[in-house]
Amino acid sequence: MNEIFGIPIQALMGQLMLGLVNGAFYAMLSLGLAVIFGMLNIINFAHGALYMMGAFLAWLGLTYLDLGYWQSLLLAPLCMACFGVLIERCMLQWLYKLDHLYGLLLTFGLALVLEGLFTNQFGVSGQPYSIPDELTGAFNLGFMLLPKYRAWVIVASLVVCFATWFMIEKTRLGANLRAATENPQLTQAFGINVPLMVMLTYGFGCALAGFAGVLAAPAIQVSPLMGSNLIIVVFAVVVIGGMGSILGSILTGLGLGVIEGLTKVFYPEASSTVVFIIMAIILMIRPAGLFGKEK
Amino acid sequence: MKPSSAGYFALLVFGLIAPFIIYPVLMMKILCFALFACAFNLLLGYTGLLSFGHAAFFGTAAYVAGHAIKVWSLPPELGLLAGTLAAALLGWVFGSLAIRRQGIYFAMVTLALAQMMYFFFLQASFTHGEDGLQGVPRGSLLGVIDLADDINLYYFVLAIFIAAFCLIHRTIHSPFGQILKAIRENEARVISLGYDVAKYKLLCFVLSATLAGLAGATKMLVFKFATLTDAHWHASGEVVLMTILGGMGTVFGPLAGAAVIVALQNELADKVGSLVTVIMGSIFVICVLAFRRGIVGEMTALYQRLARNKA
Amino acid sequence: MNSLHSINAPLEYLQIRGLHAFYGESHVLHGIDLQVNRGECVSLLGRNGAGRTTTLRAILGLTGKRTGSIMVNGRETITMPTHRIAQLGVGYCPEERGIYASLSCEENLLLPPQVGSGGMSLAEIYAMFPNLAERRDSQGTRLSGGEQQMLALARILRSGAHLLLLDEISEGLAPVIVQKLGTVISQLKARGFTILLVEQNFRFAAPLADRMYIVENGQIAAEIAQGEIETKQDLLQEYLGV
Repeated sequence: MNEIFGIPIQALMGQLMLGLVNGAFYAMLSLGLAVIFGMLNIINFAHGALYMMGAFLAWLGLTYLDLGYWQSLLLAPLCMACFGVLIERCMLQWLYKLDHLYGLLLTFGLALVLEGLFTNQFGVSGQPYSIPDELTGAFNLGFMLLPKYRAWVIVASLVVCFATWFMIEKTRLGANLRAATENPQLTQAFGINVPLMVMLTYGFGCALAGFAGVLAAPAIQVSPLMGSNLIIVVFAVVVIGGMGSILGSILTGLGLGVIEGLTKVFYPEASSTVVFIIMAIILMIRPAGLFGKEK
Repeated sequence: MKPSSAGYFALLVFGLIAPFIIYPVLMMKILCFALFACAFNLLLGYTGLLSFGHAAFFGTAAYVAGHAIKVWSLPPELGLLAGTLAAALLGWVFGSLAIRRQGIYFAMVTLALAQMMYFFFLQASFTHGEDGLQGVPRGSLLGVIDLADDINLYYFVLAIFIAAFCLIHRTIHSPFGQILKAIRENEARVISLGYDVAKYKLLCFVLSATLAGLAGATKMLVFKFATLTDAHWHASGEVVLMTILGGMGTVFGPLAGAAVIVALQNELADKVGSLVTVIMGSIFVICVLAFRRGIVGEMTALYQRLARNKA
Repeated sequence: MNSLHSINAPLEYLQIRGLHAFYGESHVLHGIDLQVNRGECVSLLGRNGAGRTTTLRAILGLTGKRTGSIMVNGRETITMPTHRIAQLGVGYCPEERGIYASLSCEENLLLPPQVGSGGMSLAEIYAMFPNLAERRDSQGTRLSGGEQQMLALARILRSGAHLLLLDEISEGLAPVIVQKLGTVISQLKARGFTILLVEQNFRFAAPLADRMYIVENGQIAAEIAQGEIETKQDLLQEYLGV
């Protein structure tokens, strides 16, 4: 059988793979948002811009410093973590005592600034970034051709997501993080330096965004606007999944990516809005989100 | 500090003579965005609901009004009505969905819904996508006043603004408005008093969306086109910035904020290109960190401090 | 076994002079003066809202602005951040117990880092509180009220804290458990811990406390030693209605 529902298997599996890839990015970015939101109670609107910066760091590294893909994969997240720590110390820490909406507003302004600076410097058209040699080509699976780079993206993001989940749920450091998220004052009263943890958490979230950016660079063009449209979809993902659980964020992201991919096959005009439509439906039947805890 | 009657009168006089001092199209743009910001302020400043998707109403009304006037050949006043009603309907749908979540989630939902509208407009044929809906004739108001004349249109726009402003003013100072303010202060308390808070929030949201739509449709009439920019999330962000810069929860804050931002954009447009976004973002950041009361808020605080020192 | 104290250490382990504390604009403590000596168990008594819990929180820097002097083991702590103060060897059992829902029982127990030498080992803790061993993998908040109180106490014993700030540990618990708690506190006293015990239940605190302070309107209204309970009945009656 070469077709399912009138769509050739090749095309269907191809779109499914693509959907999984998109889902991997949704998962990584919503994970970063959830981790930051848990600790800081701030929705990091700048997350998309940080993802974009990660991709740009990879491109700049290649163009001006001859840094390859693998080095960028390590260095860009590190740079983004430092940048994140800087943002937290200089700006975010003053907002903790205020209404949570100010955090959203500040990171929104930050996103505009970052996007504007990069647009000004590099224009809106994308810069190409080639797939590293080791990952070019495709696996022949018989019923479909799986591009190596796509497989890598899926594997890498799953590993990173799983590692993050493991660190948070199963380690002492994760226990400290969970405690600081649940009750920061009491956790400080035990002698744990919570302000430091907050700072490092934001840095880690930024590193996750940067890592996703480097992963994205060979897949899509590196452009200053690559983050903003993506982040709004990730917001919808976060509303659908709720930010109650790490695993929930990951699963929701992956799932929605796959659904989006399938929509592209069967009803392409709706593919850019299907996530929002699902969000509307979830809001009607389960407002707290699939894995959310009513706050 | 309640704005004095003298203050209102001064502004009114300024409004009446403005087109002879300042380029009328610029003044009209300021008035439209001031209306947009006032509508937004009703939701944020008085009810405490941050919507990040108000561009959806602004843009929808612009497109619907534009289509009504250009394609269905409706006269301008009916075109504006059509646009405004479309925004009201959209406001009701979006509002019903959004108020199911609180605070930050509410903001994210409105943003996502607005983005959905953006994508719809991007793909729909009647909007002509990236080109936008161009060449919308201004027509004649009530078949008598030719709105192609900028001065005529200016007074029409001024009348719309004043009417809407009065509506907002009456709303804020009514029992309904008191409940909205109470909801912002302590929602749980309002619920415990037996009020259907969701209904009040929705009503406020719809009112805000309707007036935002009116602003969008009017702006379309001034510039004779509707584009995707009107429905882009940047526009949503702009109105938030105007309200915060001007002073949220104040009567004149949105006006001040709109005037400053529109004037700034006007001045900078040719000079700094895409750095305008950077400047807008920086103003956002500075306002949140150091200027939360906004222009009107800070001036009021200063005035009160001076008055106290004299006493 | 007074291994916790060295010969040259000051007698006062905790010394508070002229402590004023605020929650935002609200002036809650109006000049607290008190002192807890090494190895003593001192109780803070008073009506609800008198400022007893606030005093404990102020010691840890968990209130708003603080002025005055708080010396812990000879170190001035009035300007220190909370986690630093805790690291001096202060253990805190909050009024609401503060068991983390997002942590298991054992994770709750292991959470506080070592803030002093001589902390009890996990084995010793489980020997003292066998219930906690049984429930070690349960989610923290699934434990019963009594078990949560044991857990709250156990975790600061593990951390090696020498100054224990205990807030209303007997509140809302069955008499049998309250009795067990009393036994535990006596054992801790014997081992040389310094304890500041905020209590509503006079009958629980009286046999344990070497001295008692009565807090009223954010100030110390009276001080009563163990031996003076009989003679100062009228004071107790006036302030506590006991």
